[in-house]
Amino acid sequence: MKRVYVNEQWCLGCHLCEYYCAFAGTNERDMARALKGITINPNIRIEEYGNVSFAVSCRHCTQPLCVKGCITGALTQGDGVITVDKDKCISCYTCVLSCPFGAIAPSPDGAVSKCEMCVKSLEGVPQCVEGCPNSAIVYEER
Amino acid sequence: MKYVIIGNSAAGVGAVEAIRKNDVGGRITIITDEPHHTYSRPLISYLLLGKTTRERMKYRGDGFYTEYGCELLRQKRVTAIDLADKSVRCSDGDVIPYDKLLVATGSSPLVPPMEGLEQVKNKYTFSSLDDALALEGALAPNSRVLIIGAGLIGLKCAEGIRARVGSVTVVDLAPKALSSILDDEASARAREHLEQNGLRFYLGDSVKTFDGDTASLRSGARVEFDILVLAVGVRPNTALLGDVGGDVGRGITVNEYMETSIPDIYAAGDCTQSVDISAGDIKVMALLPNAYMQGECAGFNMSGIRYPFDKAIPCNAIGFFGMHIITAGSYTGETYFEADGENYKKLFYSDNRLRGFILMGPKPGHGSGPSGARPAYEKAGIYTSLIRERTPLDTIDFGLICKTPGLMAFSKKTREQKLGGEQ
Repeated sequence: MKRVYVNEQWCLGCHLCEYYCAFAGTNERDMARALKGITINPNIRIEEYGNVSFAVSCRHCTQPLCVKGCITGALTQGDGVITVDKDKCISCYTCVLSCPFGAIAPSPDGAVSKCEMCVKSLEGVPQCVEGCPNSAIVYEER
Repeated sequence: MKYVIIGNSAAGVGAVEAIRKNDVGGRITIITDEPHHTYSRPLISYLLLGKTTRERMKYRGDGFYTEYGCELLRQKRVTAIDLADKSVRCSDGDVIPYDKLLVATGSSPLVPPMEGLEQVKNKYTFSSLDDALALEGALAPNSRVLIIGAGLIGLKCAEGIRARVGSVTVVDLAPKALSSILDDEASARAREHLEQNGLRFYLGDSVKTFDGDTASLRSGARVEFDILVLAVGVRPNTALLGDVGGDVGRGITVNEYMETSIPDIYAAGDCTQSVDISAGDIKVMALLPNAYMQGECAGFNMSGIRYPFDKAIPCNAIGFFGMHIITAGSYTGETYFEADGENYKKLFYSDNRLRGFILMGPKPGHGSGPSGARPAYEKAGIYTSLIRERTPLDTIDFGLICKTPGLMAFSKKTREQKLGGEQ
């Protein structure tokens, strides 16, 4: 299946992926208007240290510890994509405990937040990839 | 192939989902003594709290049994296994034959003998949905509730009912709250937080006698109550296997394929004991994620795929009144420690391996200062993974990962594999 992959050597550390991710979640048309003045809670995060930077988001594992460990059944995998049913999630954070990539985040909205490869967004394809200016994040079959 | 699964919770569901990845035609029968569709047991406190509903707490959707082609036999109790006949006998006289049997019978509340307990009218345990519904039926705005047990079950119960009753008092023989998952310092913090939210504690204390609605404690204190909740602990349900000579310790003995000592009988979940790889010893790890993964492992092996599960560790993610706690592994060795007013992080390591951790913090968006934006438990899974995979600490930047859990601490090559390959 197609997944989001990260090419560390091309990452500029510009954080645009984080903004595109947060924007995709809003289902608005204008990014500046949608994100002005808010603290974004993106599902892709840049790790930076010294002169190294790279983006991390859900790997949509074939053996997903988050899905297997989810105590409510809120996390499921369909067509390879792991999504969260925010109605069922009770924010116990067993998935935060389980994810080896640190890719599921607590969120103030009462459910966990993670990359769902934009399957629920208007665009339908990962917006972090669309917004990356240097092909450091790609959406492809490997 | 005839698969029979005793138990309709996480381990049983895990087995069904694994069997069907491998065998679409085999006949699967699930037997449960409960009347309910599969539900998440840890959610019973959230149900009383009003954070979930009967509908939302279903562990799998309404169509689960149809979709996976299994027959669910409810309100049926298995009383014996017949090895010669390869069948299970039920209390209603039914005999159900199996080719492969999974014992996923869970655990039962432990009720220690206490003087005068028989005469207490309003007493409850807190393990099943029916327990929770019965307790809920007894709650009144002015109820005085006494909970015996300051562990995970007792305190989740306390949180679930606190706003619906007059008072909640918790008694535990252990000198600290949550003694199974927290060290002294973390426990003191948790206790303070719980007290601020209206719980009253008598720790290092126990009930000497019950006299109607009054409990006399060994310390001399007297606690009057209307409702008693017994949450001392649970005991693995091992009798079915033990009765036919299966190897049983505190829990049913299983190997890494979830095979018991008896051919064609498997066991998974809270009724089993297995190796904790963070400590290297054998224990009962009655936790939902382990139950699912053991059940899944059993399901694969029952249907002919050799698939081990040998990475069990104790781990808990739990919250009380807005304070979140994530813990894993064993608390031995040297420590890395940092804390502020709201966050607490302690990592335990020895012999070049991470052994365990305790992380506590406020709910997201509710912290103050720079640490509030990033609670200490964020990305906890990075640490869990180090324990589970037994990652040699000299292959990563351990100093960095202690401060900031992330993939940055791994080598460039490992990062490329993690972010550029299939996981």
